[in-house]
Amino acid sequence: MFKHKDLLGLKDVTAEEITEILDVADDMKKYLCGNVRKSDLLKGKTLVTLFYENSTRTRTSFELAGKLLGASEVNISVATSSVQKGETLIDTGETLDAMKIDFVVIRHPMAGAPKLLAEHVKASVLNGGDGMHEHPTQALLDMLTIREKLGKIKGLKVAILGDIKHSRVAMSNLIGLKKLGAEVYFYAPATMMPKDIEKLGAKTAKSREEAIDGADAVMGLRIQLERQNGGLFPSLSEYSRFYGVNDEILKYAKKTAIVLHPGPVNRGVELTPQVIDGDKSVVLEQVTSGVAVRMALLKLLSEYRENCL
Amino acid sequence: MKTLIKGGTLVLKDGEKKADLLIEDGKIVKIAQKITAPAGCKVIDAAGKHVIPGIIDMHVHLREPGFEGKEDIESGSRAAVAGGVTQVCCMPNTKPVCDNAVVVGYIKNRAKEVDLCKVHPIGAITVCENGEALAEAGKMKAAGAVALSDDGKSVANSHLMRLAMEYANDFNLKCLCHCEDAALVDGGVVNEGYNSTVCGLKGSPRAAEDIMIARDIALAESLNVPVHICHVSTYSGVDIIRSAKARGVKVTAETCPHYFILTDDIIIGYDTNTKVNPPVREEKDRLAVIEGLKDGTLDCIVTDHAPHSLKDKQVEYNLAAFGISGIETSFALSYTHLVKSGIMPLCALCKKMSAVPAEILGLDGGEIKEGAVADLAIVDLNEKYVIDGNKFISKGKNTPFNGFEVYGNVKYTLVDGEVKYGE
Repeated sequence: MFKHKDLLGLKDVTAEEITEILDVADDMKKYLCGNVRKSDLLKGKTLVTLFYENSTRTRTSFELAGKLLGASEVNISVATSSVQKGETLIDTGETLDAMKIDFVVIRHPMAGAPKLLAEHVKASVLNGGDGMHEHPTQALLDMLTIREKLGKIKGLKVAILGDIKHSRVAMSNLIGLKKLGAEVYFYAPATMMPKDIEKLGAKTAKSREEAIDGADAVMGLRIQLERQNGGLFPSLSEYSRFYGVNDEILKYAKKTAIVLHPGPVNRGVELTPQVIDGDKSVVLEQVTSGVAVRMALLKLLSEYRENCL
Repeated sequence: MKTLIKGGTLVLKDGEKKADLLIEDGKIVKIAQKITAPAGCKVIDAAGKHVIPGIIDMHVHLREPGFEGKEDIESGSRAAVAGGVTQVCCMPNTKPVCDNAVVVGYIKNRAKEVDLCKVHPIGAITVCENGEALAEAGKMKAAGAVALSDDGKSVANSHLMRLAMEYANDFNLKCLCHCEDAALVDGGVVNEGYNSTVCGLKGSPRAAEDIMIARDIALAESLNVPVHICHVSTYSGVDIIRSAKARGVKVTAETCPHYFILTDDIIIGYDTNTKVNPPVREEKDRLAVIEGLKDGTLDCIVTDHAPHSLKDKQVEYNLAAFGISGIETSFALSYTHLVKSGIMPLCALCKKMSAVPAEILGLDGGEIKEGAVADLAIVDLNEKYVIDGNKFISKGKNTPFNGFEVYGNVKYTLVDGEVKYGE
């Protein structure tokens, strides 16, 4: 039974809870893909998306998830809020609370911001990505997609390539996939590999081949183009040649392997266009899973609010 | 004016001695097994307690002028004497920066009006602490500055730092070096390691501190001038200093209670009271700092008392101000974790917190003996209490030690023989 006021990270939830979320998300996905899409599950509930960073898919996905379940929604982005007038996160949170908001989805460039908010509001806080920390709903949608396509997660080998150091997607996937019994291999330039990541259970590959060899799922991470100016890698073409995912390197993976990417893709950098559009790619399936996972979370959090708060 | 401290255990240079201590006109005039109180003499009963040399904290931020919301000279001095501290050296990162004789004079005057502990201003090395041009060291010294520092950052330009050390030495001033290669820190807010990875907070590597320690030692060595390294936090930094000392370089160094008590495990949970610069690091660093204190590589203990207002800390970790409000807890924490735990005797700790800083900066005080200035604290080593930042006298309630049980409560603090705290 899912027992949390907030979803701040996969660090805080058990393997059983992750499985429960995925199970509910399976149902939600059927509902989402079906013909009749009308639900009053969250009727009268309010959801705010509070985004301190740009986002298209995460935000839209949360909005859709809420709408499909009957919630009312308000969007706050930094440019239009009082944040620019110097309001603190705590003040913003208390203001939202005073408006009797039920759910706040926050994306913030600084690690720990969702936790700070959650400590100061009665609303349920969903982490839509905080700094280099976690992006739990992205990892959940990745796991939902993997489980759906490959039938299980336990015992799989998942290779994640790219800017691991700055990636909250990599971190949440590592935590979640390990909890469900998968092996996670990371491969990145040393300048993009976080310190002591092995202690969290990741295998750090010495080569792209080692990372992908026998993998069931291969994930490319988005390269923030501004990182190049930071000197973390010399050029996009060099990155793509040595760290990108192409058809050649995918020959090392299992025949049945799938290719994931959190999007938006820099075509020809993390994945070649052939891979993105190829038959291993589940990139668009991930997007559908995203809505389903977020619907499932809103349902579970809402049930917890009604029964336990 | 006479005061008799009766029945206490005096902590002397090389040991402890149960004796009475008589003060007259601000000086210790007599130490003896039993002194009868002269007529009209104030008597302080120190039975069961220890009398220690007043703590000299050579690394403190009093925030005035300019940041009185965080602390001012009065609140900081009041906090100091509550912590058994009789002399403080205050860092120049005020507003305006203490980079000229006028600000030095202002601080000295305010401290005189406040009349609690002795306050010694530290002048900036460079104008506005911006690392571009030397501040007027000579004039500041004449106005009362006891050392120079651009604390909060390093002078990035090595040539300018060389000139600063050479020039300061002409005035018998030491540069107190905050060691940090800003490019390498690159916005890091915690120690770079496992915990920074877990928290997703940007880490600052040891090398950022070590490089500047090594640079400033190299400059001092090549110029044959003294240098003092501030708040050492890395095991590797301790090693650099140790080998420099072995070569005969005139280097002294300090550390703070948080570096020998805490590790970066405390950042899990994002409590902004744990955010400090340099950051608390890992267990091997903590142990090396203790080893450095034991073998003398690290000469003294300071607090880097960095009070902040609530609004500076009740924000996202990245946005929070760096610093720990430490002046009220330094003795109890150090006593509990270094003496009570058996790492060093009490007289050695007192030396590191008093006599050595006095010697490094040429200040009067630091020792209990006949003829010495009567800057003293009376502490109860058996009294246990739990640290609660909200009860601090300092305006800065920011401590990562909330809930820590410590021994060594300060009962009285005397400055020039006058009771400034206690009763």
